[in-house]
Amino acid sequence: MSPLIEQPAAVGTINGAAKHVSKVTRRSVLQALGLSSAGLVLFSPVQAMAQNKAPQKQNTAQDFELGVFVSIAKNDEVRIVNHRAEMGQGILTSVPQIIADELEADWSKVTVVQAQGDPKYGSQATGGSASIRQHFNDHRQMGAIARTMLEQAAASVWQVNASGVTTKNHQVINRKTQQALSFGELAELAAQLPVPDKAAVTLKDPKDFTLIGRDVKLAGQEAIIKGEAVYAQDIQLPNMLIASIERPPVVGAKVKSFNADAAKKVKGVIAVIQLKDRPLPVNVKPVSGVAVLATNTWAAHEGRKQLTVEWDTSDARVNQNAQHNTDQYLKALVEKVNHKGRRVRTEGNTDKHVYNEANTVEATYTIPYHHHMSMETPAATAVIKDNTCTVWTGTQNPQWAKKLIAEELGIDAQAVTVNMTLMGGAFGRKGKNDYTLEAVELAKTVGRPVKVVWTREDDVKHGFYHSISANYCKAEINKDRADHWVQRVAYPPIGAIFDLNAKSPSNSALSLGFADIPFELEHLSCETQDVETHVRVGWFRAVANINNAFALGSFVDELAVKAKVPTHTMWLNLLGKDRIINPAKEGFKEWDNYGHKKQEYALDSRRMKKIIQLLMTQSKADAPTAKNEGWGISYAHSFNSYVAAATKVRVVDNKLTVLEMHTAIDCGVAVTPDRVKSQMEGAMIMGLSTALMSEITVKEGVVEQSNFHDYLSARINQCPSLFVHIMDSSAAPGGVGEPGFPPILPSITNAIFHASGQRIRNLPVNKVLSV
Amino acid sequence: MLKLTLNGQKVALDVDPNMPLLYALRDIQQLTGTKFGCGAGLCGACTVHMDGESIRSCITPVSVVEGKTVTTIEGLGIDNAKGDELHPVQQAWLDNRVPQCGYCQAGQMMSAAALLAKNANPSDEDINNHMQGNICRCGTYPRIKKAIKQAGVMIQEVNKAKPVSGKKGVQA
Repeated sequence: MSPLIEQPAAVGTINGAAKHVSKVTRRSVLQALGLSSAGLVLFSPVQAMAQNKAPQKQNTAQDFELGVFVSIAKNDEVRIVNHRAEMGQGILTSVPQIIADELEADWSKVTVVQAQGDPKYGSQATGGSASIRQHFNDHRQMGAIARTMLEQAAASVWQVNASGVTTKNHQVINRKTQQALSFGELAELAAQLPVPDKAAVTLKDPKDFTLIGRDVKLAGQEAIIKGEAVYAQDIQLPNMLIASIERPPVVGAKVKSFNADAAKKVKGVIAVIQLKDRPLPVNVKPVSGVAVLATNTWAAHEGRKQLTVEWDTSDARVNQNAQHNTDQYLKALVEKVNHKGRRVRTEGNTDKHVYNEANTVEATYTIPYHHHMSMETPAATAVIKDNTCTVWTGTQNPQWAKKLIAEELGIDAQAVTVNMTLMGGAFGRKGKNDYTLEAVELAKTVGRPVKVVWTREDDVKHGFYHSISANYCKAEINKDRADHWVQRVAYPPIGAIFDLNAKSPSNSALSLGFADIPFELEHLSCETQDVETHVRVGWFRAVANINNAFALGSFVDELAVKAKVPTHTMWLNLLGKDRIINPAKEGFKEWDNYGHKKQEYALDSRRMKKIIQLLMTQSKADAPTAKNEGWGISYAHSFNSYVAAATKVRVVDNKLTVLEMHTAIDCGVAVTPDRVKSQMEGAMIMGLSTALMSEITVKEGVVEQSNFHDYLSARINQCPSLFVHIMDSSAAPGGVGEPGFPPILPSITNAIFHASGQRIRNLPVNKVLSV
Repeated sequence: MLKLTLNGQKVALDVDPNMPLLYALRDIQQLTGTKFGCGAGLCGACTVHMDGESIRSCITPVSVVEGKTVTTIEGLGIDNAKGDELHPVQQAWLDNRVPQCGYCQAGQMMSAAALLAKNANPSDEDINNHMQGNICRCGTYPRIKKAIKQAGVMIQEVNKAKPVSGKKGVQA
């Protein structure tokens, strides 16, 4: 049963209120949300947004369910569930768009409903750019199931075989008589039929797609521009307290003692509560601390300022964390990758080769820790009542939240309701539910609804950072290409937050643009090294592809310069002949192609070369430039998509100006082309921030940065003209949210080299150039 | 009691005068369209108008707005006989599909509306200068630039159609 039908009254209220923002206060919208035990978040109907007027009154009691994702009302309105998490990528549109296409629904009659976390939807873990690339056909089947039920209902009305009817534009048509029955007319009858097995339904021929690949009206945009969209920070419940939490500055430290006397005197502060100690490894759970709970946000923060907390770092491992310094740590990583490591892929033999120094390039590249810095800091609200728990949280992983909450409270997962709000950015950070669990722990302790809000300082100092890293590359030029290739990587692995013994990247992490290197090489060695982990590290948009693509993209440019050939020529030469590349058969048995074993996702050197060629044609990055200006290009495959990027810069008197950036992507079928474009634009801007100015440093276990003044992010005046080129393709859809990001960084630093002769191997760029 | 005009209505607030306007809007007035981003005037997510000028509500004590006129994203639309109508900035934001996650966009639009109220034909440099206090991590800047220019044209057209003397055109 869809949440829509579980809570018709609440839906009606929210929906109605949202339409008349000037007449109905924000309060009523949020109270409607809060008072609904299922807490459904419903987004404006696409129809209303398209016509800019109030929709017809919807009687949700007359909605009939056709499978898990689709319900249809007698007035022809179709409701389609988006079960994935919206964080800016546009999945709120794309999933229903795919389902609506297979259903043959009229998009103007579709309302999008945000699901709660529930196993009935299949995986809702929104990460790894997987929503469409791993579930495209599942979504299509959900639409086809509903269409099949409507067709069966119509066939029974007309007493014909199912093959005697067809569906088009919100109607089922009798092929012989051309009679038509609308979806609304058929809904009640169809809903009484058994739901067909998803493997048994017939999918449309892709050439008949009416919505997939087209820019439909986007869901949710109007709510955002009116200030009505509901994010986790916006939840307000009656009797709710707001919590501000002082967390340990060093990972693993515990509260030794605290003094809350002054905090309790702040007007509005109701309680000061010590969170329970949590053992290492940190996992995705809270890190303990002391919470100040108040009737409003400001009082909670003001109360917290009055707290004094003493921390215990005596545990041996915590004590090591307290000695973590990024300067020394990075030096150690560089040292490690300049020595032989554990081999993860070998072809031929690089050991015996005597390198000709004049033709050999050897380089080490480093990237600091990075923080997601989503505009919305983490927040979650929890209510616990009669052994049930309801949360409202901005999470990429609602099902994992449900499981963790059930474990935390010792109740059945079915007694836990996880409402998914919009996320004000996430970039991987909100795949962890530590803040959700904080709200649950506090709501249980205090016996009232609690909203946990993180300050920006909390967010920057207690992140799950993208790992600090060092990559080493060495190869020998042979005419206009290279061979005898050695590459090494070392960084604190994400596995270490779950397992204290994890010291090097997993095989799937090594498959992120490192040991899956696609070049035609006779001699190759890919190696890694063991390191200790001292902070919380985590998934950040594109994960290890960031450092691996920076190293590879920079190194190919260095090889091209050495060989005196254009960089794109060096790429094409190294990629070699047209072929399907299977690293598992070329020395890397454990290769994991982003979870895909299907042939349609095979690594294809033709697609790699074509996207580089499209980039060059569109950007004209090989055209001559003015003095002090230069182009840089790069390429990376990630999450089953192929992306090439070009950047043009000017460098004068050590001042860098980025002039123009291009991204070309082959993501197979582009379901919602405008959102592919917006993701590529966003990836270019994030690439600018990451390459030029952002950096997390740690001193004695404590993160040194705290807010936007010292963890810098690109601003509008630093944003050049951006161009996106999407390859026309009918191939199986690849990822979109992450793949745009990795090739951007080396395209920028390569451009700096070609403009100025300055090779930047250690990010961020602002250590050496003014940006 | 602290009195002000909020989105066209007289409002009295019973709060500590030191409370930042942001929290008075969000927690007390339940106007959650204005967002918290940094708490330090660094990112612009909390931008609202005070007497038509853009201010950062996260660092503005509520005492500062006593007796003033405050407009938030919820009040940006134009009130007319037909009901609520989008401000040209909001319409241009929709037309250009500016938002990704959307969280910073209320602040972006409030800043843009304040700029256009003074200069409906801003150059790239004017836009850069005025908007650089508003951070977007999703990277919607190129669309923001386009939308501001489009909204500027819309505002110029409306203003042309109105008599000059004393009559208010499209303003924040």
